[in-house]
Amino acid sequence: MEASIVYITLAALFGIFMAWGIGANDVANAMATSVGSKALTIRQAIVVAAIFEFLGAVLAGGEVTGTIRKGIVDADLLSGSPELLIYGMLASLLAAGTWLLVASQKGWPVSTTHSIVGAIVGFAAVGIGIDAVQWGKVGTIVMSWVVSPLTAGFIAFLIYLTVQRLILSHEDPLAQAKRYVPVYMFLAGFTITLVTILKGLKHVGLDLSLQDAYILAIAIALGIALVGAYFIQKIKPDPKAEKAQHFYTVERVFGVLMIVTACGMAFAHGSNDVANAIGPLAAVITVAQSGVVGAQSALPTWVLMLGGGGIVIGLATFGRHVIATVGKKITHLTPSRGFAAELAAATTIVIASGTGIPISTTHTLVGAVLGVGLARGIEAIDLRVVGRIFVSWVVTIPAGASLAILFFFIFRAVLP
Amino acid sequence: MANMLANIFGSSPVMPLEKHIDIAYRCAKKLRPFFNAAVAGDWDAAEAARGEIEELEHEADNLKKEIRLHLPKSLFMPVPREDLLELLLVQDKIANRTRDVSGLVLGRRMQIPEQISAAFLEFVDRNIDAAKQARKSVRELDELFTAGFRGAEVELVAGLIEELDSIETDTDDKQAALRAALFAIEKTLDPIDAMFTYKVIELTGEIADMSERVGRRLELLLSH
Repeated sequence: MEASIVYITLAALFGIFMAWGIGANDVANAMATSVGSKALTIRQAIVVAAIFEFLGAVLAGGEVTGTIRKGIVDADLLSGSPELLIYGMLASLLAAGTWLLVASQKGWPVSTTHSIVGAIVGFAAVGIGIDAVQWGKVGTIVMSWVVSPLTAGFIAFLIYLTVQRLILSHEDPLAQAKRYVPVYMFLAGFTITLVTILKGLKHVGLDLSLQDAYILAIAIALGIALVGAYFIQKIKPDPKAEKAQHFYTVERVFGVLMIVTACGMAFAHGSNDVANAIGPLAAVITVAQSGVVGAQSALPTWVLMLGGGGIVIGLATFGRHVIATVGKKITHLTPSRGFAAELAAATTIVIASGTGIPISTTHTLVGAVLGVGLARGIEAIDLRVVGRIFVSWVVTIPAGASLAILFFFIFRAVLP
Repeated sequence: MANMLANIFGSSPVMPLEKHIDIAYRCAKKLRPFFNAAVAGDWDAAEAARGEIEELEHEADNLKKEIRLHLPKSLFMPVPREDLLELLLVQDKIANRTRDVSGLVLGRRMQIPEQISAAFLEFVDRNIDAAKQARKSVRELDELFTAGFRGAEVELVAGLIEELDSIETDTDDKQAALRAALFAIEKTLDPIDAMFTYKVIELTGEIADMSERVGRRLELLLSH
């Protein structure tokens, strides 16, 4: 029993470290869009992130946690030596956390998901054996890493086209914005709630019928749209800051919408990426407590709290600098563009979360931003930087894997 | 710490382009005090005005170089980079012509013949109007980017360019009238002075020509 306490303590520590890294890198990137477009202040962004990351993790994070916990490593092979899974998961957490720390220092927008999946695959393939990896599942995950930025880009492209057609190119964009922005709010609320209800809630013990799910989603979305519409009506044009087309005020209307999509983004991120920290932690706890691999057990609440808490601390300590740097640079991403990118990314991520596929929030968001750019929404995108980002994504997988292998052998030698 | 995500967004040329046309216009506007002084024969005041023109032309030049430097081929923009660079180039020529004509007049201490000086000053004013209208049109660039070069904003800019064209036509008419008036009196003038007066009229008229070309370039952006 002594050993299991050591394992759980270590796992909790590494889990916090990883969650801290996620908050410092990933969440900061996700929230920076809203701060950069001045829809939220940094302080508000941290509060929004804290609340909705947590909600996302609890309400819709179950599937992905399951995948990370037992979807990648074939647990049957390990039934004789459960401690190997513990070493491996500990090594993966530490490896991914370390890599995130390095990446955050260097300003690389790497994916927490890629690091942890790379790490788990690395320790399993090298430390245990090639067969220990469920390659079919891993293949699906890797495919989704290609598909998710493309999907988000495509959705963002379409959303932004409608914004251009319905609002920005209209004779009276302000009146059009006031009319249509609540509709976008409704759509944002509706998709995210519906996917969450259909795919996520069964993990919290709620199982609604399809009809009830739709009714509930519509009710929540209507509520969001009405509250949004109320705030939008209060926005009056500022004659001093205006030219003929009222774009300044139009952007302020979109700013209200962006608060909604920022919440959606944080929720989506929580539903997908918190699992990166608590999935391995949960795996360690289950094995350490039961002594067998593959035991069924519910996710303890304190594990979730730990994941959510770590993220918030990471965001509040290191992440706020990232938000400030990124936010300052991306002022071109005005709310009318930013919301399109965020809504597209959030929708893609929540759908992936519902299906239990760990995708990268950062990649999806970059894909969405490029989609807005393709719809001629962004004044200048530096393709060289986009290329370098792709490289940092690819490097992440072997980096996470090598670190995990290294730590795995160290743990196997050192730990009881 | 250089954050890559932040750097996806290259530095946008839009506001710098608007700033550049503003400098070019302010430069051209200085021709008014300059020629007022020159016609009055107050060369000290003319020299002071010429100093300001040179300074503004220099400023426009530096900004031009800066914009080019920050517009690498790797930028992905809603409109072709070449079109923006061309726009920048003609904007810059407004300041260049201003510098050329003021330099010529000051260097030769040229006296605009009294018989045509009033019409000439009016002609200068109209050229400055053209530059001002060019500025007004380019200042819509950010709104054009916001609207995605589509719809009502495009029509608004098209209207501004139309106005610019009519101002330029007006300067052409004035230029023709001015040349005719000069022709009528050229025999009474020193031949070299007469030749250079034609040259001054021509150079001044190019300010409106360049302004009109700014409009043409902008129009090309609209058709994307």
